[in-house]
Amino acid sequence: MAEPHDTAAHADHDHKPHGWRRWVFATNHKDIGTMYLIAAGTMFLIGGLAAMAIRAQLFKSGMKLFDPSVFNSLTTMHGLIMIFGAIMPAWVGLANWMIPLQIGAPDMALPRLNNLSFWILPFAFSLMIASFFVPGGAVAGGWTMYPPLMQQFGAAFPMLIFAIHLMGISSILGAINVIVTIMNLRAPGMNLLRMPLFVWTWLITAYLLIAVMPVLAGAVTMQLTDHFFGTSFFNAGGGGDPVLFLHVFWFFGHPEVYILILPAFGIVSEIIPTFSRKPLFGYEAMVYATASIAFLSFIVWGHHMFTVGLPVAAQLFFMLSTMLIAVPTGVKVFNWVATMWRGSLSFEPPMLFAIAFLFLFSIGGFSGLMLALVPSDYQYHGTYFVVAHFHYVLVPGAVFAIFGGVYYWLPKWSGRMYDMRLAKWHFWLSVIFVNVLFFPQHFLGLAGMPRRIPDYAPQFTDWNMVSSIGGFIFGASQVLFPYIIWKCVRSGKPVGANSPWEGARGLEWELPSPAPYHSWTTPPSAAVLARGAEH
Amino acid sequence: MTTMKRATFGKLLGSLALLLAGGGMPAWGRSGWDELNLPHGVTNVSNRIYALHMMAFWVCVGIAVVVFGVMIWSLIFHRKARGAVPDVSLTHSTKVEVVWTTVPVLILVGMAVPAARLLVRINNNTDSQVSIRVTGFQWGWRYQYLGTNVSLISKLSQSSNLARQLHSGLGPSSVRHYLLSVDHPLVVPVGEKVRLLITSVDVIHSWWVPDLGVKRDAIPGYINQASFTIAADRPGTYRGQCTELCGRDHAYMPIVVHAVSPAAFEAWLKQQSAVQSEASAGAPAQPTSRS
Repeated sequence: MAEPHDTAAHADHDHKPHGWRRWVFATNHKDIGTMYLIAAGTMFLIGGLAAMAIRAQLFKSGMKLFDPSVFNSLTTMHGLIMIFGAIMPAWVGLANWMIPLQIGAPDMALPRLNNLSFWILPFAFSLMIASFFVPGGAVAGGWTMYPPLMQQFGAAFPMLIFAIHLMGISSILGAINVIVTIMNLRAPGMNLLRMPLFVWTWLITAYLLIAVMPVLAGAVTMQLTDHFFGTSFFNAGGGGDPVLFLHVFWFFGHPEVYILILPAFGIVSEIIPTFSRKPLFGYEAMVYATASIAFLSFIVWGHHMFTVGLPVAAQLFFMLSTMLIAVPTGVKVFNWVATMWRGSLSFEPPMLFAIAFLFLFSIGGFSGLMLALVPSDYQYHGTYFVVAHFHYVLVPGAVFAIFGGVYYWLPKWSGRMYDMRLAKWHFWLSVIFVNVLFFPQHFLGLAGMPRRIPDYAPQFTDWNMVSSIGGFIFGASQVLFPYIIWKCVRSGKPVGANSPWEGARGLEWELPSPAPYHSWTTPPSAAVLARGAEH
Repeated sequence: MTTMKRATFGKLLGSLALLLAGGGMPAWGRSGWDELNLPHGVTNVSNRIYALHMMAFWVCVGIAVVVFGVMIWSLIFHRKARGAVPDVSLTHSTKVEVVWTTVPVLILVGMAVPAARLLVRINNNTDSQVSIRVTGFQWGWRYQYLGTNVSLISKLSQSSNLARQLHSGLGPSSVRHYLLSVDHPLVVPVGEKVRLLITSVDVIHSWWVPDLGVKRDAIPGYINQASFTIAADRPGTYRGQCTELCGRDHAYMPIVVHAVSPAAFEAWLKQQSAVQSEASAGAPAQPTSRS
């Protein structure tokens, strides 16, 4: 299947620098993608340790492992690390690896910018994590950073804000690179509506990033000047308005949740057709649904603020616009189901994660629909019901899609097959215990347990214990993931020239495995494109 | 696959139960496992919220049965291991796309109408008989009965506060209503509409009592309104907590509402009024309002 000009012999002429220069001065999209994924994995581990600490403290009523302010720091940093440190860089890493391969481009369009956008991150992450160790400890006001509470923290406060600035710059640069690459470097003949869904969802994600990361930067900068330069943007005592921050933050925050999930939609749209041995059902509907979700994400931010006391008309508007999101999201789920319908399904690890995604992301969608109804939201808001909701869409949603994507493309990256049996263990442990971990949190929230509390009344103990046990086992199972990858890269069985997945379509599978260091140095021919890009 | 999943899950659940029982958990008998759902509550609004919540829940269950049913059918019958041949001609259909776009819209409209009605009803704060200003602070609540000189500061009860300290050596079992009891509860009459004017003096808090169906943020610089009417036949004690992260002791500023008969309420108010005017006359340095 390999293109003649991209043979292994050619790959021998890879001019790659050796040693540390290869990584520090990296401009190759594959190297940068790998670094992004390793950075994301590292942050996932750190954020996961924070989660384990949180679940340990919540194991039972009256548990006294941490001072309450340390606990608040843990929840705050867990959120920030997972969102900005783990999931977003993982998507950028996958984009770096896959977008050029999937559109027939030799590299990302702006390789040096690519280098910069990655190498900003270690500094941002260090600044963020170092804030744990300054006097007063890390910021403890929640990842949402609401003022005036946010104004009460010490040295960690400016550190976090600068870390967010850096991560925002990195995201914007990465997004520019993705857009420029997709717009300019597609192989001849690959028009927009022939692009793989992962490329489409990333294109839309990139626009969301450019639109909202500056908004977040603005919001936190106003907090910074309130704190250090005597402004009163959010200080009621000086004529400012704390609710203004909530509006600005959630104008960023809601598109942000789609930044975290749209690439997952893309990956699932790649995996399900492959293992159903059937083209994606309703390709164009999928593209339009993604675009509609992105548009709607800008006009629903008020649903995070139903208890703030918005005018009734505003609450009604945000309720209706939020409910509307269920329509394109439903279209996506129905199309995935229709793709499996009358297919020829097999259950390799990527497919297992994609199927779990379908079930569990839908459950997160259902609780999302319930949360959209304002009167019910008055009861759910700020409780563990919300925690359950967003963890269902982010963990078995975004994170499972990342796992699925890695298991899908790892043979392409490394040229080797991973231990299937271990990967299935990883899947089953994850899918079972993610539910033991998060499903009881629905009960806790409904029964009246607020989120972000280090201790609770005794009647909440039972389900918290179940949740914590699920959390410990889920957390421990994740150790399998880096081990499986390490084992695969070191000693996996070579997959040979052909695609390891018989149902796989797409330009990346027209390349040899491992993908040569320089791929698509000449664009794919029309015949290859036709074979690879058929939906 | 699904049967395997179920078997594994059952086994795990069994061992989990054993683990918990072996851990000598005291909670088996007294609580916990049946804490699964919203309370019906004691106001008309909280009842209607409960009904809306259950309606939305069952709609979701219905959709889940259909969608997951089709998926599970595919997982069982359209698998390669059973020799399924893919029907590659099945790639799009404008007709089904239209159907599965419009049907959800209709379902959503069906859910939105009762929700909107209830929303408008909840936000009607007129015609109240009692008005109370609620002021959140780090970490407690201050209640001022408007039109009277009665005001209380309500903080975590001493017993809970001692038990929750890091090195107290006390546990939740030493306290009744651990973390959900206060020194001075809010006293309100049943059968009368009570209006709350909610604000804060420092950071954002949120005043929530699930049984009343009321949650409203307390925001510095804002006065939010909320109201409730407790059913005349439901006097009692209703508990809630702050639901907006407000700093170190966010978990330790519960809300307790004593709902009493209107006559008992009047009597209590009169008695408090006398006590407080005496106190302020005796000690003028003690300010009645803290900013």
